[in-house]
Amino acid sequence: MTAPIMTGTESRAVRLDAEEARRLRQQRVERIGRWLLPLAIMIAAIWFWDRICVWNEIPKYILPRPLEVLQTLHDDAGLLFTSLLFTLKITFLSLLLAVVGGVGLSVLFAQSKWVEMSFFPFAIVLQVTPIVAIFPLINIYVNNQTAKLLLCAWIVAFFPILSNTTLGLNSVDRNLRDLFRLNGASRWQELWHLRLPAAMPYFLGGLKIAGGLSLIGAVVAEFVAGASGQASGLASRIIEAGYRLNAPRLFAALILISLTGIVIFLVLSLISHLVLRRWHESALKQEG
Amino acid sequence: MTAAVPTTLAGSQGSGAPLLALHGVGKTFSNGVAALDTIDLTINEGDFLSLLGPSGCGKSTALRIIAGLSTPTSGGLDWRGGALDRSGIGFVFQEPTLLPWASVFDNVWLPLRLRGVSKAKAAPAVMEMLARVHLDGFAQAVPRELSGGMKMRVSIARAMVTKPRVLLMDEPFAALDEITRFKLNNDLLELWQDERFTAIFVTHSVFESVFLSSRIVVMAARPGRVFKDMPVDAPYPRDEAFRTSPAYAALCREASDVLSAAMNANGGSGHDGPNHDGH
Repeated sequence: MTAPIMTGTESRAVRLDAEEARRLRQQRVERIGRWLLPLAIMIAAIWFWDRICVWNEIPKYILPRPLEVLQTLHDDAGLLFTSLLFTLKITFLSLLLAVVGGVGLSVLFAQSKWVEMSFFPFAIVLQVTPIVAIFPLINIYVNNQTAKLLLCAWIVAFFPILSNTTLGLNSVDRNLRDLFRLNGASRWQELWHLRLPAAMPYFLGGLKIAGGLSLIGAVVAEFVAGASGQASGLASRIIEAGYRLNAPRLFAALILISLTGIVIFLVLSLISHLVLRRWHESALKQEG
Repeated sequence: MTAAVPTTLAGSQGSGAPLLALHGVGKTFSNGVAALDTIDLTINEGDFLSLLGPSGCGKSTALRIIAGLSTPTSGGLDWRGGALDRSGIGFVFQEPTLLPWASVFDNVWLPLRLRGVSKAKAAPAVMEMLARVHLDGFAQAVPRELSGGMKMRVSIARAMVTKPRVLLMDEPFAALDEITRFKLNNDLLELWQDERFTAIFVTHSVFESVFLSSRIVVMAARPGRVFKDMPVDAPYPRDEAFRTSPAYAALCREASDVLSAAMNANGGSGHDGPNHDGH
């Protein structure tokens, strides 16, 4: 345990040969490049976008210049952020329901192979049928607008959690199960102290996918439901702006949705890292 | 074929009253593989008994049957002095088999926790066991921060924390390097002499079985059966001096000869050529 600490304090005094020095330099350059390169490409792309608009004299209702989009983001902030809030509400509620439903069902499945064999196919049917095709039915059966959207987003998001958690609950080390048996563990104890913690990395992997899907579900559901005109999420703003040829606002709404997706992914990755960092391989690798 | 040799033990520690008798225990798996033919064996209170034999002789299967993790196809077990309840048996697997997300303390606490003992109440016993396996100061570490030998120590502490009367070990040190293995052998013997439990130890290694055991049961494969019951006539405590003594060398040679004979003996059924790879 003392070895790494010692090399740490002595590293300045260590003389490196040419090969090691090159390797160290390469590592340093890569570390910077990982952030700098995408950033530079992004800036170049935005600049190029701006130039295209200017060179070709494209009108702003077809392709607005980046600064015009930024201006719209500022001017329409009230409208856009109210809509963002609504979309976020649907996204997080459906993600929450997906976690509760996905984990709940997988725990139920883990109780008996028979339950899993009987009901898992239905979950797959729900997953593979496009939500856009199901929506007209939901529209008939569900009156409440928010409930409609939630149901849609939930159907899209719950499956990765269900399938991943089920896999995790079933892939417990055989010897550990024997150990629990030897110690007379009840079914509940085995679930709580062994299966659920063992399934955690799988669940978190599913959660990362479900986070993105619940946003997609929330937006798609609103698109389909948009016809009824009461919804006020970002998707409605996009449809509306599309009808009015208000391209800057369309772009602004799009940027907000992408940013939301990125933030959701980063937050869920961070949670996953924090939960697993002490013991799971996937989290250890990130530390280098 | 000297199955069920009467167990007269020369000198040495152990050899108390009979604790467990296996009567014609056999096991055939559902795929038709006969893991164990028939085993007759009496294990005495305080024995350090090694089951030594080649792969496929059913020694692990026998251990699982004794642990109650597997039921025999034929024959039965007779626990003298009343059947042990599960708290009377400790089991050490070939792998450390720790909960990777739990601290060393929580791993050792686990058997007590499953019996409803709170953390505070279990703490003295857990800390004592950690000290016994020389892991003081590592209670809050997680398994991945430990070396292979230290993980095995945690595994032993966990098996011993309930103060079992019988400790079953399934090749626990097979994956360790020799230096670590010697150290763990010494510590295990020390623990055994202090706690006076009965040990049943499955191993491939002649040298390990001789160093540890008061008695070696050599098994033969195809079909799995007891080939010879061999007392190890050397006094305890055994230490590094014993490891380099002529007496140890002679005992190793004896056990090695028995094992070779066991591997060459085909029990009348399918025989796939002589097998001379000594240990």
